[in-house]
Amino acid sequence: MAEAVVEARPRGRRWIDIFERPGFLASVLISPAVVFITALVGAPLALAVYLSFTNSTAGSLHGKFVGLHNFRHEWHEAAFQHAVWHTFLFTVISQAAVLIGAGLLAHALIRPFRGRWILRFLILLPWAAPIALSLMAWTWIFDTTYSVINWTLIHLHLVDPISPPQWLAQPHLAMGSVIFVHAWRILPFATVIFLAGIASIPKEVDDAAAIDGATGLRKFWYVTLPLQLPIATVALLFGIVFTATDMVVVYILTNGGPPPSNSTEQITTWAYKIGIESGSLGEGAAISLFLLPVLATMAVLMLLFARRVEVS
Amino acid sequence: MSHVTLREKTLSYLIVGPFAIVLAFPFYWMVMMAFKKDADFYNVQNVPFKFNGGPTFANVRLLFHHTKYVNWLINTGEIGVVVVGITLALAVPAGYALARLSGRMGQSLGVGIFLTYLVPPTLLFLPFFALISRLHLQNSIWSLVLVYPSFTVPFSTWLLMGFFKTVPQELEDAARIDGASRLGTLIRVIFPISIPGILTVVIFSFSLVVNEFVYAFVFISSSAHRTVSTGVYTDLIRGDLPEWGAIMVAALIPSIPLALLYNAFLNRFIAGFTGGAFR
Repeated sequence: MAEAVVEARPRGRRWIDIFERPGFLASVLISPAVVFITALVGAPLALAVYLSFTNSTAGSLHGKFVGLHNFRHEWHEAAFQHAVWHTFLFTVISQAAVLIGAGLLAHALIRPFRGRWILRFLILLPWAAPIALSLMAWTWIFDTTYSVINWTLIHLHLVDPISPPQWLAQPHLAMGSVIFVHAWRILPFATVIFLAGIASIPKEVDDAAAIDGATGLRKFWYVTLPLQLPIATVALLFGIVFTATDMVVVYILTNGGPPPSNSTEQITTWAYKIGIESGSLGEGAAISLFLLPVLATMAVLMLLFARRVEVS
Repeated sequence: MSHVTLREKTLSYLIVGPFAIVLAFPFYWMVMMAFKKDADFYNVQNVPFKFNGGPTFANVRLLFHHTKYVNWLINTGEIGVVVVGITLALAVPAGYALARLSGRMGQSLGVGIFLTYLVPPTLLFLPFFALISRLHLQNSIWSLVLVYPSFTVPFSTWLLMGFFKTVPQELEDAARIDGASRLGTLIRVIFPISIPGILTVVIFSFSLVVNEFVYAFVFISSSAHRTVSTGVYTDLIRGDLPEWGAIMVAALIPSIPLALLYNAFLNRFIAGFTGGAFR
């Protein structure tokens, strides 16, 4: 009798049955993405490591194996040392500024008030607009002759009209400018994530805190901050990765600054100069791989973090 | 209903106001410069905050008639459409499976895919450059079509996983009890109600494509094949005499629609982004 039932099934049915097994269906759905990502991210990463041990030049993959020579050579290079230090400053200062700014903004924006929609729209602009294009406006705002900042400062009699500040040319000012512009660009994204964090705090917690008499700063410190911490950490780790590995802000605004001071040089812009402009593909790959420890640290932190959130 | 006092409201304005001014200032400046006459903004005696001698459309005409701007827009659009297509084909099934895969396996795979999003173009552009020249794809927009999914797929898979997690399992169970197969449930029940989430992914991955600079800058060398992000910089800024007015028009045109879309889809983006493994 049972056999007869099996017989009665249409032939194609068995194939469809396979799709009824959850495990099989899941692997069918995931594999294309996994294969694709492995090929497009994993393989080039492996190739970058390989190239960094060779003296390959632009357009060829046939370099001679030179061991750690590229790494050692760069390690003693003054421009590279500047680049590492600047990348550190660029990342730490801009992210600290973003953290404070986003915290303030998110707490102010969470309350309803008239005109909030338009203010939110204005605040989101730097994140939504293509960065290479908004940098065009910054280039002009920092222009040596036509800077609107200088025009304002001169008319307020705050700076000397004969020698106004050169925002992108004086070493320390240039560093300050690129850090400012980068913080400007990341701030909206961090604010958005912070807002999500605050909004996710259940109403009951707020009410309970109010009944217990917690207000203002105390409430912020003991209630809001701890609950918001997980999501703020995610925003920060993201920010660090996107800042340390960003090239476009510095490249377009200052191009790293002229040698020998290379006053705003970053690891990324230096890798571009050596790898593409000078054509030393192997050495360029070695330079960019110095970013790998930063990425690995952030990745480990995120993994640990994801696990902790899952457990709690 | 929480009671918002006048003091709290004032505080909000005092904090948000200055931030909004600083964050939006470059865009205000773009608008001013886009419609100013050359003679106006090259005269340092003029007050730069107003139109001296009235606004002009000369910069817009210059951009559209004497540069390859329209070409760049078309290139960016073409690359965007193909990349978004590839992205959806790979990320929608993967995102769904990751949302439903319970246990360690699903969790690790999800975070693993997410982490690949953190591997930046600045680390990969050199090996990709070597590969692209090997494949003779340099100076072709297909090189970008090939490479861009390397960041849009991980990003979109993550977002979609967040969205699919919000679709109640009961809905699926009900369809299955009614006799639908797993695949049928997926296509006829899950996807249709996930359209808003999928639309969010389309918008944000398209904007990642418009935003991308490093690959487009390194792989493409002739002006006819550039994207908006690189063309404006390489051809209009580094040219003999930068046409600042036209450059600002060029910057405004993609920025405004993207900003409106971001605002419209912001809440959905947040839901997807934070709906993944971190919650």
